[in-house]
Amino acid sequence: MSNIPADLKYTKSHEWVRALSDGNVEVGITDHAQGALGDLVFVEVPEAGKALKAGDAFAVVESVKAASDVYAPLAGSVVEGNAALGGQPELINSEPYGAGWIMRLKPGAAPSGLLSAAEYQAHLAAEG
Amino acid sequence: MPFNPHTPEDVEQMLAAIGAKRVEDLFDEIPQDLRIESLAGIPDALNEMQIGRLMAARAAQDGTPLNFIGAGAYEHHIPSAVWAVTTRGEFYSAYTPYQAEASQGTLQLIYEYQTMISSLTGMEVSNASLYDGGSAVAEAALMAIRAHKKSRSLRILVPTTLHPHYRKVAVATAGNQNVRFEELPCPKGAISVADLEKFKGEDITALVIQQPNFFGVLEDVDALTDWAHANNIMVIASVNPTSLGILKPPGVWGADEKGADIACGDCQPLGVPLSSGGPYAGFLTTRMEYVRQMPGRIVGRTVDANGKQGFALTLQAREQHIRRGKATSNICTNQGLLVTAATIYLSLLGPEGLARVANVAHQRANELVAALTRIKGVKLAFERPRFHEAVLQLDRPVAPVLAELARRGIVGGFDLSNDYPELGPALLVCATETRTPADIKAYADALTETLKAAVRAA
Repeated sequence: MSNIPADLKYTKSHEWVRALSDGNVEVGITDHAQGALGDLVFVEVPEAGKALKAGDAFAVVESVKAASDVYAPLAGSVVEGNAALGGQPELINSEPYGAGWIMRLKPGAAPSGLLSAAEYQAHLAAEG
Repeated sequence: MPFNPHTPEDVEQMLAAIGAKRVEDLFDEIPQDLRIESLAGIPDALNEMQIGRLMAARAAQDGTPLNFIGAGAYEHHIPSAVWAVTTRGEFYSAYTPYQAEASQGTLQLIYEYQTMISSLTGMEVSNASLYDGGSAVAEAALMAIRAHKKSRSLRILVPTTLHPHYRKVAVATAGNQNVRFEELPCPKGAISVADLEKFKGEDITALVIQQPNFFGVLEDVDALTDWAHANNIMVIASVNPTSLGILKPPGVWGADEKGADIACGDCQPLGVPLSSGGPYAGFLTTRMEYVRQMPGRIVGRTVDANGKQGFALTLQAREQHIRRGKATSNICTNQGLLVTAATIYLSLLGPEGLARVANVAHQRANELVAALTRIKGVKLAFERPRFHEAVLQLDRPVAPVLAELARRGIVGGFDLSNDYPELGPALLVCATETRTPADIKAYADALTETLKAAVRAA
């Protein structure tokens, strides 16, 4: 059973969103997503200042078996990409909701359509 | 045994299984008006004996002229061992094998090729090869756009000293992907930093520098590389591999030896004969920092479950069978046979042999230029350091002069009039280690007589 913290928001494409105290949000991929990808070997994080629309691909996570895009859960401008992932992509495997965050974003508009933990749980169950 | 994948019975069974009557029914969705029933101008089939005679007659028409054309493809001596080994059954495949890891010998050869090309260019990583030098520039431009995160412009500066065919291939390959190739005129036969200054502060993704350039002139690669990097522009080097026997490799271009970001070129000079323009092989190298943006296949060395050395295709997550539409390129194979020839050529010559070839070619080209520019009506276009080619300007149209030289058994050079009308009647000539002093004298004599005769005729 994958870990789905109750205090985060989620997308159907398996990203999570955490509201930070400074008004920015942190984004990463879920425990389910990292488990499906397997051992990550490379993560391409976005440059600070990049403007994103909701649904834009902003990062690439590459595992031993696949390379996948990560999509922006909401619009905004990138505050920073997680530089630590350059040397330690496996942080996403070990701490998907912590040190494995991928970017911090200054939201451009109020997010819409994000899932609660319970809704994401139901989505996973439905995806089977 | 002829290759008959399906007997008529097989075809019938397959059609029955999908409920089609005839093979043609499978193409129903192609509108009738787009189809042609027969091709005009295609002669009747010939048998093997007839085709053998036809080809022998055609080959005889070529004769064995003395060749002084380079312009991107060079006549070099190819040791017999190169093709004796390359055409062995074990190597005789045009591609990376489909079941790649089952062909350890082929993978090892490609790995050795990558190692040699990396070492020759001074770059950290090479792919398994591309089609040719022109498509390598196109792929390098697309790669620079992926790799240069801070540049959004898709602008690639291409000096006119880059091979005109390479420029056309780049536009044809990448132009429809919104890449803007901006031509930079180089009236002095080389890129000048002063001419680049007008782009200062603009968002430009990459600058292409060919060394030696299309005119055979050596570009000031250190100053150009430093200027580009100071202006946040990536450097794509397009280099002649033979010249790297004696010239500074692109991996250390620049005062700080930071080097080009991508170095590419054509493997043809490395053991591949001139053959109506191909097939050749392109090489492409970069720094590890950009390896995931690299197009093409890459062979890596690893160990198997028992700790024994083995070779495998690596970093495949970039490639289209995994990454689909977002793959780094559509290059999903390599020029296996020509890579084999290049690898064997390089291993036979070694660094010392390659340096000797490069040195002799350089010397012979200097002798050729000296001999031809002594002739009235011939002058050197660019007084600059060269490798093994030079641009000569004639006092009359080039084409008739080349035609007369051809009648005298001499292929006198590449007519630049179409690609560079601004140079007037200009001719690009080349001499490699295959041209002897006697060959050079024969050319000079023939040109002297040709120009004199033309004066008399006039």
